[in-house]
Amino acid sequence: MTWDVETLSRIQFAFTIMFHYIFPPFSIGLGLLLVIYESLYLITKKKIYEKITRFWIKIFAANFSVGVASGIVMEFEFGTNWSTYSRFVGDIFGSPLAAEGIFAFFLESGFLAILLFGWNRVKPGMHLFATIMVALGSMLSGFWIVVANSWQQTPVAYEIVVDYGIRRAVITDFWEMVFNPSAMVRFTHVILGAWIQGAFLVLSVSAYYLIKNKYVEFAKKSFAIALGLAAIASLAQPFVGHEHAKIVNEWQPAKLAAFEGLYETQSNAPLYLIGWTDPETRETSGIAIPGMLSFLIHGDFEGEVKGLEEFPEEDWPAVNGVFQSYHLMVALGMLFIAATLLSLFLLWKKKLFTPSWSWLIKLYIPAVALPVLANQLGWVSAERGRQPWIVQGLLRTSEGVSKSISAPEVMISLILFVLVYILLFFVWLYVLDREIKHGPDHVATVEAGYKKKSERMDALKPH
Amino acid sequence: MDYNIVWYILVGVLLIGYAILDGFDLGVGILHLRSKGDYNRRIMMNAIGPVWDGNEVWLITAGGALFAAFPNVYATAFSGFYLPFMLLLIALIFRAVSIEFRSKEENPRWRNFWDWGFSLGSIVAALLFGIAIGNVVIGFPIGSDMEYQGNFFDLLNPYSLMAGFFSLSMFALHGGIYLNMKTEGDLQKQIQGWIKVNYWIFVVFYLVFSGFTLYLKPEMIANFSFGQIELPGNKHELVENHQTLISVFAWTIVLLNILAIMNIPRMMAKGREGWAFISSGSMIAAIVMLFALGIFPNLMVSNLDPAFNLDIYNAASSGYTLKTMAILAAFGLPFVASYTIIIYWTYRGKVKLDESSY
Repeated sequence: MTWDVETLSRIQFAFTIMFHYIFPPFSIGLGLLLVIYESLYLITKKKIYEKITRFWIKIFAANFSVGVASGIVMEFEFGTNWSTYSRFVGDIFGSPLAAEGIFAFFLESGFLAILLFGWNRVKPGMHLFATIMVALGSMLSGFWIVVANSWQQTPVAYEIVVDYGIRRAVITDFWEMVFNPSAMVRFTHVILGAWIQGAFLVLSVSAYYLIKNKYVEFAKKSFAIALGLAAIASLAQPFVGHEHAKIVNEWQPAKLAAFEGLYETQSNAPLYLIGWTDPETRETSGIAIPGMLSFLIHGDFEGEVKGLEEFPEEDWPAVNGVFQSYHLMVALGMLFIAATLLSLFLLWKKKLFTPSWSWLIKLYIPAVALPVLANQLGWVSAERGRQPWIVQGLLRTSEGVSKSISAPEVMISLILFVLVYILLFFVWLYVLDREIKHGPDHVATVEAGYKKKSERMDALKPH
Repeated sequence: MDYNIVWYILVGVLLIGYAILDGFDLGVGILHLRSKGDYNRRIMMNAIGPVWDGNEVWLITAGGALFAAFPNVYATAFSGFYLPFMLLLIALIFRAVSIEFRSKEENPRWRNFWDWGFSLGSIVAALLFGIAIGNVVIGFPIGSDMEYQGNFFDLLNPYSLMAGFFSLSMFALHGGIYLNMKTEGDLQKQIQGWIKVNYWIFVVFYLVFSGFTLYLKPEMIANFSFGQIELPGNKHELVENHQTLISVFAWTIVLLNILAIMNIPRMMAKGREGWAFISSGSMIAAIVMLFALGIFPNLMVSNLDPAFNLDIYNAASSGYTLKTMAILAAFGLPFVASYTIIIYWTYRGKVKLDESSY
């Protein structure tokens, strides 16, 4: 590996997007749960739901701000590091990004002001409306960015033109571009993943309170509702993933072949549960269900699935890396189904919150890391699986990089991002930890923290 | 009028929205460390608390709009400006998280750290915006392949640095005038003292900066010189055909700009807080509009050869995309305006701290 502009830019993009993608799924998942909790409060008028809603708003806020801060970088990094790519796709990729700003970010950030600070200022119905708008805005933002990314995977509705000496793709039909073959299925897949991640955060914190035997009623109610969401989303995910795989097979067969380490085109293609693949020897070993891949793709064990041999080696992604990230994601998905269904069953039998199952509750505390990992691995599979293309079949990643930047410049910015993001990550963890330890009964008083009289000037004394 | 011009105006509207709205957020940040005592600092930070995030969206949307409508400008500017731009991103990150994290801990050292993060982030961002605008005015080394051919230090030329200090002084003034609306008592009196000083600093920078611009780049007023000054490169036919109309329009803005600046001390003296803010907002809008009228139809000027300028045609997306996106924007912008009005109406009046404040 040479430390050139392309390599460093890829590392920087991967680092900044993976850091960023810790946060939006929490916002999307927690946003939906806030809508549910607050609706329950308005319907039942029970104080406990007010407490639940207001506590999770605080957690939401800390998470949202790091998401916004790290998201600004993403909006501009295409231009800074991938300017040749930006010239090529601006007509197409820029449009959903602009639409995201106009339709999602303004909605989200506007009503966030009411969600975070409006509890004493607006009527309860208006506050719930703001919560719904923030949740909707976060999902719309997910929609537009997945649309943009999906076009890179399954490009349609474009033509290649050369204007002013620059080769580029331009839209021929806007809505066909938006609803490109993989857009909706990938959007659904991403949103379900976000719901699982958001729900697991609530499960984790609630489990912590249950184990500590604090705020028990609060924790049980938070837990039960989040568990419902996590179970529904986890159960739906394989069906969506299955539809997604069929589209990958149709549009990006090299990626699908890499997912399963399939080198020879074959009918009766196996599905690996776990394994190892070596592109040098073109061998894949592990535990496999014979014919299952063919069955899943074609509904027929004898269906033919294309292997990597169909493609020149320079068009192969990093086969084993993609294989492993994909299989780990699938395994985690299965684990979520098993854990949430078991917990739901125990909840129904009124056994979940009994001492004999406290080990299960205890496991939910660290388990929040798993959906974060699964969401990251899913994107790693999707993006590394697309390599060496930045736009599938149209533009190689090596052709997309900026021409006017140098490797030392990218090295400087990469080091800066690493330092700043490590700081942010630990501060974020620290702040979350403080909020969680303070608990739902904690109310920050305005006077707290002023030890000396001189710190509180008479700025707000009524005159 | 074609869709390229429509998008030139739309990107301009987004930048004016950003400069007015996030401009006062930056200004509050620039002034932040001058206020003493935790309580005052909280008042200042919470004055922008509910709105700064939405204000920043104007910048993000302007970035998206630039990408969609003029991808070659998006590509050339951000890759050419690489390191200053990375510095801007880090500054904006620090400003954002400082606001959120500051109140999470009562330890004075913790709060002081985020106070510095908030203020330095705002100062660096305000300087860099000015430096960027200054470079657009005097031009970049852009080659025939639309790529930036200079280096980092080319961007730090004296004229652009002066533009940076001009924007710093403008946002400091604007932020003070915003805070004047949101504060009461001793803190407000203190802020009014800052405004008096910052006003004259701004006026000096405004005059010097305008003078240097006319001296170094007289072509900045070529579009509205009643046909007296010729641009290097061609004028847009819209300008050629309506020289008198456009010149009268632009000079009206110049006049309004000067009136707005003169109106600020008048309204401050009368205690008309809202009108003082409207004056400084109009002043910023007028300055951005004059800049846009000056460089039209270019977006980035090449100082190697005017033929290499990036303008609203050679930098633009296809006509179909410009049209589709213009329709989407026309549909979306009324919604944006309504959210903005709802939020500012909800949080009108003086800042009151409560348990959900920063």
